[in-house]
Amino acid sequence: MNERRLPVTAAARGLLRCNACDLLCKPLAGAGTSNCPRCAEPLHQRIPHSIRKTWAFLLAAMILYIPANLLPIMQSRSFFSVQDDTIMSGVVFLWIGGSRMLALLVFVASVVIPLFKLLALALLTLSVQLRSTWQPRQRTRMYRLVEAIGRWSMLDIYVVALLVALVQVQSFARIEAGPGAAAFGAVVVLTLLAANSFDPRLIWDCLDNDMDNAYRDNDDMENDLD
Amino acid sequence: MTDANDNADLPQAVRAPRWHWAPWLIWLIPIIAALVGGTILIESLMSRGPTITINFKSAEGLEAGKTRIKYKDVEIGTVGRISLSPDRQQVVVTAQLVKSAESFLRDDTRFWVVRPRVGAGGISGLGTLLSGSYIGVDAGKSEESRDDFTGLDVPPFVLTGLAGRQFVLHAEQIGSLDIGAPVFFRHIQAGQIAAYELDPNGTGVILHVFVNAPYDKYVTTSSRFWQASGVELSLDASGVKLATESLASILSGGISFGAPDDLPVAPEAPINSTFTLYGNRDNAMKHADTVVRKALLYFDESTRGLAPGAPVDFRGIVIGEVTAISLEVDRKGKVFRFPVEVNIYPQRLQSRYRKGTPAADDSREVIDALVARGLRAQLKTGNLLTGQLFVALDFFPDAAKTTIDWKQEPITLATVPGTLEELQAILSRIARRLDKVPLEQIGADLRVALKSLDSTLKSTDALVKRVDTELTPQASATLEQVRKTVASADAVLASDAPLQQDLRTTLGDISRAAQALRSLTDYLDRHPEALLRGKKETP
Repeated sequence: MNERRLPVTAAARGLLRCNACDLLCKPLAGAGTSNCPRCAEPLHQRIPHSIRKTWAFLLAAMILYIPANLLPIMQSRSFFSVQDDTIMSGVVFLWIGGSRMLALLVFVASVVIPLFKLLALALLTLSVQLRSTWQPRQRTRMYRLVEAIGRWSMLDIYVVALLVALVQVQSFARIEAGPGAAAFGAVVVLTLLAANSFDPRLIWDCLDNDMDNAYRDNDDMENDLD
Repeated sequence: MTDANDNADLPQAVRAPRWHWAPWLIWLIPIIAALVGGTILIESLMSRGPTITINFKSAEGLEAGKTRIKYKDVEIGTVGRISLSPDRQQVVVTAQLVKSAESFLRDDTRFWVVRPRVGAGGISGLGTLLSGSYIGVDAGKSEESRDDFTGLDVPPFVLTGLAGRQFVLHAEQIGSLDIGAPVFFRHIQAGQIAAYELDPNGTGVILHVFVNAPYDKYVTTSSRFWQASGVELSLDASGVKLATESLASILSGGISFGAPDDLPVAPEAPINSTFTLYGNRDNAMKHADTVVRKALLYFDESTRGLAPGAPVDFRGIVIGEVTAISLEVDRKGKVFRFPVEVNIYPQRLQSRYRKGTPAADDSREVIDALVARGLRAQLKTGNLLTGQLFVALDFFPDAAKTTIDWKQEPITLATVPGTLEELQAILSRIARRLDKVPLEQIGADLRVALKSLDSTLKSTDALVKRVDTELTPQASATLEQVRKTVASADAVLASDAPLQQDLRTTLGDISRAAQALRSLTDYLDRHPEALLRGKKETP
């Protein structure tokens, strides 16, 4: 333990760092939550119940991912016909229609990215929970990616929202959002929340037993408090 | 903890107001998600109604995933897949119905494709020109359910639930009728033909007609149906007849129904009652007579111009009709006879105006009495132009007495030759009389007379000749002398003749003498004394 030089982190020093204004401060003696003296942001060493929250959001997202893909996200009523479009049928329609790049874009943004996010977050959370020390740098990078691309999936929702607002020529052509759109939007928001509630520092905490213990103590302590 | 002192200059965190979510509450989020997602999924799964297959002859206008199934213009399903049947004869349309459409899965539910149609009966489905075809449904009422249907080629004209009643008609042939052809009642369209099929044994056509609600009560047990197909031109003993129904029926044919006017009001006909479809109105109404007596008439004369359906007429009233005409050879007599079968409707002899009158009695006594009075049948020309014949019954008191043999069925009524036949007889009588005239003797007499005439003419000739030879020379001599006399007269009278000259000079002298005389008288008038004294010398 002494041979290995501990990385100097706020947590290792028993300090708290404000997430908002990066102010380092000493924790209050005793139990209870504390706020940053400068910006009044709630202070915590790690996001409290990070794993639990992430799992909860992730599970909700996974559940809603099914109706999001099965149910129509858009119903276009024209003078001639009524057509329900799911995400995949839209992609297929675009692909057949010749707009292959667009089809690919929609496919990536609406199908691949949410799926990737779900899988990646599940992998991260699981690895943290199992205290894996495997490739922490790569995992952190993956987390950054998940955070960065998270919003892209909202593309579909924007398109639907735009069309619904624009194409409202009564009785001639009308576009309505289907139940799939709500589910899909919920999936995107939930994955954003899940990514947000995941604390990437936990990846690194696993590397250090002490910190691990400290984290665990902390967690236990908080659990006990609740 | 060794670094604790290094942190002495760091600010102290401040206590936050204790406001805490219980950490387990976070699990509400996936639970809610599961509930919502599950509800949506279950709902959409539950709202998936049954899947049915419909066989069509052609998938014209149908589009997988787009074509709707509509009942009364309410969408009850969508065509999911269109494929060919294994034998490639039909198109199998797999359709997804909504949940509430389960009640449509009846054995007699019918499906058809609604597309624009233009027919003699009208135009339908114009709306589908823009919206595209859809599949129409007529909900069945059968108890048995099924999910495999055969689509109709044309939309059914009678939908389930339509108020009205269906009737069955038997016809010999369909004529120009078709499904959807109108059914008229007093020229008002009251219904249409719903379906037709061939008799199982192929001897006729069975038509199913549907009469709409307000009119179906006029279909009574005594109603008759007849073809009102187009224009009917009939030529019979009563002349040329042209009968038409409405313009639409001229184009597409139709059926009319009605009850004979002279029948009492009959009760409404029950649903699916069977009627006979007559060829025309006259035929339909003709069979009003329920009591029919058949009779056989033997005619010796030609029956050219007599046809089945020709009237049997009693002094202008049609009391029956000819049903059959045939030919019979009497082997013994070696003569041809024409047995004409007739139907006589004794009811027509019943008085309609005196209620008390009993139905015309066609009992044997009455008929025997009538025959004894001389009731006979006769062929008469109904129409000189066309030569149509009809059978006339009338009394011929002079006819030879006969009686009716009641053992035969049908009975045989005696006949008398027709009017033409009589005319022929008269002509032959005249010819016979002409035959008796002694033409040869007349000829001989004529010849004798001509001979005497000849001799008379000859003597006349001789006389003329004698006159010629004896009289002519003297006459010419006389004429010569006459001519000479005339010539001398001519000479005397000519202007340059001496007589004339002398006459002229003489006349001149006379005129001069007259002048001298006048001057003398003048002188004497003035000097009368001159007569005594003589002429005085002028001083």
